[in-house]
Amino acid sequence: MSVTVAWYMVFAAVLFSMGAAGVLLRRNALVMFMSIELMLNSVNLTFIAAGSELGLIEGQVAALFVMVVAAAEVTVGLAILVAVFRRRSSANVDELSELRG
Amino acid sequence: MIDYLWLLIALPLLGAAILILFGKRIGEPASGWLASALVLVPFVIAAVLTVPFLNEGEPETVFLFSWIPMVGANASLLWDPLSALMTLIVTGVGSLIHIYSVGYMHGDERYPRFFGYMNLFIASMLTLVLADNFGFMFVGWELVGLSSYLLISFWFTKPSAAAAGKKAFIVNRIGDWGFLVALMLIFAAFGTLDFGVVFGQAGSLLSVGMATAITLLLFVGATGKSAQIPLYIWLPDAMEGPTPVSALIHAATMVTAGVYMIARSAALFELAPVTLAIVATVGALTALLAATIAIGQRDIKRVLAYSTISQLGYMIMAVGLTAFTAGIFHLMTHAFFKALLFLGAGSVIHAMANEQDMWKMGGLRKYMKITFVTMVIGWLAIGGLFPLSGFWSKDEILGSAFAKGGFFFILWFIGILTALLTAFYMTRLIILTFFGEKRWDDGVHPHESPSTMTVPLIILAALSAGAGLLNTPVRLGLEHFLEPTFGAVEQVHPPEGITLWLLALASLVVVIIGIFIAYFRYGRGDLPTEEGGYWAAALDGYGVDAFYGAVVVAPGKAVASWLAKVFDPKVIDGAVNGLGYATRSFGSTMRVLQTGWVRSYAAAVVAGALGIVLWLLWQGGAF
Repeated sequence: MSVTVAWYMVFAAVLFSMGAAGVLLRRNALVMFMSIELMLNSVNLTFIAAGSELGLIEGQVAALFVMVVAAAEVTVGLAILVAVFRRRSSANVDELSELRG
Repeated sequence: MIDYLWLLIALPLLGAAILILFGKRIGEPASGWLASALVLVPFVIAAVLTVPFLNEGEPETVFLFSWIPMVGANASLLWDPLSALMTLIVTGVGSLIHIYSVGYMHGDERYPRFFGYMNLFIASMLTLVLADNFGFMFVGWELVGLSSYLLISFWFTKPSAAAAGKKAFIVNRIGDWGFLVALMLIFAAFGTLDFGVVFGQAGSLLSVGMATAITLLLFVGATGKSAQIPLYIWLPDAMEGPTPVSALIHAATMVTAGVYMIARSAALFELAPVTLAIVATVGALTALLAATIAIGQRDIKRVLAYSTISQLGYMIMAVGLTAFTAGIFHLMTHAFFKALLFLGAGSVIHAMANEQDMWKMGGLRKYMKITFVTMVIGWLAIGGLFPLSGFWSKDEILGSAFAKGGFFFILWFIGILTALLTAFYMTRLIILTFFGEKRWDDGVHPHESPSTMTVPLIILAALSAGAGLLNTPVRLGLEHFLEPTFGAVEQVHPPEGITLWLLALASLVVVIIGIFIAYFRYGRGDLPTEEGGYWAAALDGYGVDAFYGAVVVAPGKAVASWLAKVFDPKVIDGAVNGLGYATRSFGSTMRVLQTGWVRSYAAAVVAGALGIVLWLLWQGGAF
């Protein structure tokens, strides 16, 4: 039983769903970040798999772009998180609902 | 030489720009002399350019620049005998009145501004007269209305002057509406506004109905500018402006724009006999109506104002009879003697310390001899006494009406009746002003005006006396001169032979009767009181102003106040407020979505992404 591209796709979908569930269900901001990383990397996996299957270099290029953006996003996000934590001694996102309409 | 034609418009326009912008630095009287020079130089240029027409010269057009080429409206000038004659009248009479104003406006705090406006008027009028297409003519037509407004309300701190300026402008706008619609119809019919094409192809392209529609609308424009029934009401009020303005704009030049426009469009009017009959009838009725009102006026300038309306009626009647040369001839002689009479009246008003009521004058002939003599010449000229100018020009019109016969015989009779009334009210004016006992207040010291005012009076008096000889039945000089313009048009001429002399004799007798009636009424001691009954009605202009106030102005005000008090707060404000209310209520409904929880937003994003994926799968035929 050989490992085809469909395996990678299914695996990526499972990873993505776990990540999405983590973002929706967890309250700790740090864990939410980790879940987002999970989602991003599952997408990277689909890019790489598809690129390798189709023999295109663009898959890897897109993955590299995503990594760069993810790194930047994590930097900013963690900085905000640290600032919030300093004020409130808590990383619970449900408490940050001042913008409620 | 014809290349310098544009200077005719450019010089006064330059003067207007300089005087309005830097007038205060130039001061008095330099700004007055500058303005006068910038009208006198165009007069000289025009005179030189007119010389070729005396030797069978051909009309010329001078192209200046493209304006709206697709409708044939360019800044392009037509130099033919008719425009040359009009230019000479406008700049000639205009420069005399400018010089007169140097003295008359002395001491006015906005002296340079006055001359700036006057120069603007001259430039506008020359644009109107020289344009070689209806579009450019309309530019002049509107600018003339603007400068008229500026000059009537020149003393705008007086509420009556400000109101008079507004009235003139608004009433003129009604006429302009007709003119503008006529231009649209002309463009629809010919595809261009160019005079050459329009007049050249009118005969082959226009149906009678279209020609009637166009000419009737053009005539609406003419009734506004040339103060005919029903739009004449602005002109008496326009006397609120300084007297030189009344002389230049509201007697000699601007008000003749309608007559000029009809004469210029002779090739169109020729095709619409119905319009011509209406034009002639309106002209005759205006002449008679205004003359009967002039009889009852007490203000010296208002007598002359109604007299102007009456004389304009003669001119309109002439062009309606297709006696275009006669109309233009009367336009010219009227420009001379009416400018003279207005300037003379201005001289009197100046001497009487701004008193305009003739009942408070009298006996002035001893105090202002030059004004008196020139005014007498003007009086005899407008009255139509042989051999002064008014006699020749008016008789040519009356003779033409007589020659046309039939229905127009009635118009001839109205004309003769008007001549009688004209002689009567002008004699009344002269006697009340210059003869009899003095009736002015003690503080007034009448004196002759300075020479800047009397010299123009003398020149105009000479012209009023002599200009009639340009076109006598014996020698039709003007007729021949205007041949290149009216050559293609069939004109009506006065009868020839013994009939002509009998007609002239009849009108002369009528004029003398009019003078004698006035003499017996006013010239022998006690003056009649002239109160109540007919005199009150005439003094009030038969209540036409009140009538228009009730029929036109009051409904207009009612509509405006309904718009202001009902439509604006309910509908306009209601729409704006409703929009605000809708936005707010939409916002307060939607704010429940803003939970403030990041996770709920993330859930929305995921749900949306899931929805898109499902939709794509469905589109792809997965289920």
